[in-house]
Amino acid sequence: MDKILISTEGISKQFASVEVLSNVDLDLRTGEIHALLGENGAGKSTFAKILAGVHKPTKGIINLNDRKVEIASPIVAQELGIALIHQEPISFPHLSVAENLVMGRKGKGPLAWVNWSDMINEAQKHMHLLGVEIEVTRNMEGLSIADQQMVEIARAIASDAKLIIMDEPTAPLTPREVETLFGIARQLREEGRTIIFISHRLEEVRMICDRVTIFRDGEKISTSAIDEISDEEVIRLMIGRPLGKYMRKHNVAIGAKALSVSGLSLKGAFQDINFEIKKGEIVGVGGLVGAGRTDVARALFGITPADSGSIRVDDKLVQITNPSDAINLGIAYVPEDRAIAGIFRSLSVEHNLTAAIPNKIAPHAIIKSHKERAFAEESIDKLSVRLASINQPIVELSGGNQQKAILARWLHTDPKILILDEPTRGIDIGVKAEFYDMIGNLAESGRAILLISSELPELLALCDRILVMSEGQLTADIRRENASQELIMKAAVPRVASS
Amino acid sequence: MMKNLLKILSGREAGIFVMIILFCAAVGLYKPHFLSLNSLRIILLLVPLIMIGAMAQMLVLVARHVDLSMGSMLGFSAMVAGLMYRDMPDIWWPIGFIVAIGVGTLLGLFNGLLVTIFNLPSIIVTLGTLNLYRGLTFIISDARQINRANIPSELKAMSQTSPVFGIPWIILMSFAIAILTFYIVRYTQLGRQIFALGSNPNAAPLRGINVTKVTLIVFCISGALSGLAGIMYASRWGFVNPSNTGMGFEFQVIAAVVIGGVSINGGVGTVLGTFLGVILLGCVAAALPLLGIPGTTQSAIYGSVILIALLIDRSVRQRTTARSTRSWRKK
Repeated sequence: MDKILISTEGISKQFASVEVLSNVDLDLRTGEIHALLGENGAGKSTFAKILAGVHKPTKGIINLNDRKVEIASPIVAQELGIALIHQEPISFPHLSVAENLVMGRKGKGPLAWVNWSDMINEAQKHMHLLGVEIEVTRNMEGLSIADQQMVEIARAIASDAKLIIMDEPTAPLTPREVETLFGIARQLREEGRTIIFISHRLEEVRMICDRVTIFRDGEKISTSAIDEISDEEVIRLMIGRPLGKYMRKHNVAIGAKALSVSGLSLKGAFQDINFEIKKGEIVGVGGLVGAGRTDVARALFGITPADSGSIRVDDKLVQITNPSDAINLGIAYVPEDRAIAGIFRSLSVEHNLTAAIPNKIAPHAIIKSHKERAFAEESIDKLSVRLASINQPIVELSGGNQQKAILARWLHTDPKILILDEPTRGIDIGVKAEFYDMIGNLAESGRAILLISSELPELLALCDRILVMSEGQLTADIRRENASQELIMKAAVPRVASS
Repeated sequence: MMKNLLKILSGREAGIFVMIILFCAAVGLYKPHFLSLNSLRIILLLVPLIMIGAMAQMLVLVARHVDLSMGSMLGFSAMVAGLMYRDMPDIWWPIGFIVAIGVGTLLGLFNGLLVTIFNLPSIIVTLGTLNLYRGLTFIISDARQINRANIPSELKAMSQTSPVFGIPWIILMSFAIAILTFYIVRYTQLGRQIFALGSNPNAAPLRGINVTKVTLIVFCISGALSGLAGIMYASRWGFVNPSNTGMGFEFQVIAAVVIGGVSINGGVGTVLGTFLGVILLGCVAAALPLLGIPGTTQSAIYGSVILIALLIDRSVRQRTTARSTRSWRKK
């Protein structure tokens, strides 16, 4: 069992003079599930991509079965038997499942004949081996993320991959889908394949992994057998200090009712939502992806208004039919997917920062550039946004700094009610800590905050109350002192097959 | 069986088919002789060039590109062949096909190289070469037309004479190209890779598809078929004019392809849909003079047809997405 499949020596990688990976030595054994743990930006994904031929290492050696190999491209990796399963599975949505399974296999030239019945039979065979039921003749489009992952795994097996790298595969999955995935991972280990499992979730790593390697700041910190290392130790190695310090709740006096919602419903998204937020209060919203949390936020901000129910701001009944209504009422919304809904990619940081306050910078419809500049500089200062120049396109900033800029944009509108949708997703721990502090400060200044988050520790540490949604329903409203991970998860998981 | 029938009937192709029938019936009510065999012949004679161009443009659009230079490639290749016929009257006439297709392929290759090597958007590249190739056509021809007398009579005969059922050669050839395209799309590695590339360009290289090669081949096919359409233009009309030949061709072709349900966003399109789109456009073109609509309004009508097709396409697609989300929610 202890045969080494792949070993790396001194793998380093630089992107434009920034070293993101330095001197990584790692052995992967045949038939093991090996976890790579680390914060975002620790280098684990970069390392995985080097093995999969997506990136070329700046220096270092990779040995496969004791022979030195150059993994120059994803195609070479595939020929060597290395497959990378991306978190958001890559697929060709307009092609059938069967075609997605075989696409890119070494062909016999462009005019080689495609034998549909052989291809379909082969695809069905692999689906059966995995024990999943996906019709292989249907298009990829519309398959759930979990099913798309299964297709990718089937694809890896079909090309007889010896090393399968799963990059945060469980992030978009429901608990039941995670069970299925783990079952398959164990089955693949039985068959003598090696799996690299990249995750943030320690409990999942404990469930299926044999060994764990921890990355921090581009370096490999340690490798050990999973039963020989405690959770506290793993966290300490991952972040270099204990986590508790980062999250603390500010002591804030809770004021009058700021926002109350009753009977809010939107067909096909959420039903009968009732809650209220007071000034200075931080109310968390937990739940699984797709539970309808973002839909509620979008309804409150007037993007897709609810079709029944009432919203009160400062105890006055209001109508919110579009975002400018919401802005005028003092509501601000920092969306979940900043790449799609949050930033104006090609515009400068300055223009992004002032995008929500056209009236303040352009009193008579003509932009006063000195005012715009003043507003922008003020917020860069206040939130310590790190950038090279205020004129730089915002897309060049790191994720965390983009997020700060979007928050800053909304703070200019002086919102009374702030809706934050997954504000810390995909940003580094350092910036995260700043964010937590900022959220606390905002509450202290008397704002009401609705914090949607999938990270339970974040909800538990920061919120006065935690609402939980499941399948479009509000299933729990838990006070801070009663809240626990178990309670939230229990409310978040859909009740079994009620249909 | 029933299920398959329903599937076909509910598809995009069925929609175009119904539109063709409705259109012909409407025109037929007004001018009964529109429904004669003779007008079928007129329709079919209007479409071969567009048919060939549309098959190529379909591949280009599916690969998430666009080729605006088709009309100029048609004109340039036809002109090269025409000059050859004029200056070498004794040459064996079928050489014209090889020359036109060869020249077209080179022009298409040039488009493809600009798109792949310099990573330029194809809409800009082909907008540039649309003008460049047209200008070159004027230069090599000295702005003079190749007259009827210079085009070999055997070539012109291909638009009149027929091997079977009285269907002229050029129509048969265009159908042959359509069938060939169907087989390439459905049964070759290349065809599937073109669809994959258009469906998700970011995934294509990660999946081992040689994006540069596939893109180059697609633009070469576009050039080659434009060249073929060029020599067929000489056959059909008996002259090659530096300013008229192929002018606006890309526009008609894109109209037909879009009507046929090929998505501008890549990855989606069928040969049957494209075929029917061309036929529908042919019906419209044949009906206009019959209805007494002057040629001057033709452009306006083509333009409206494209917009209507886009609107129909959009509403159909919205309905199907709504349906698929609903079924997903039920689960």
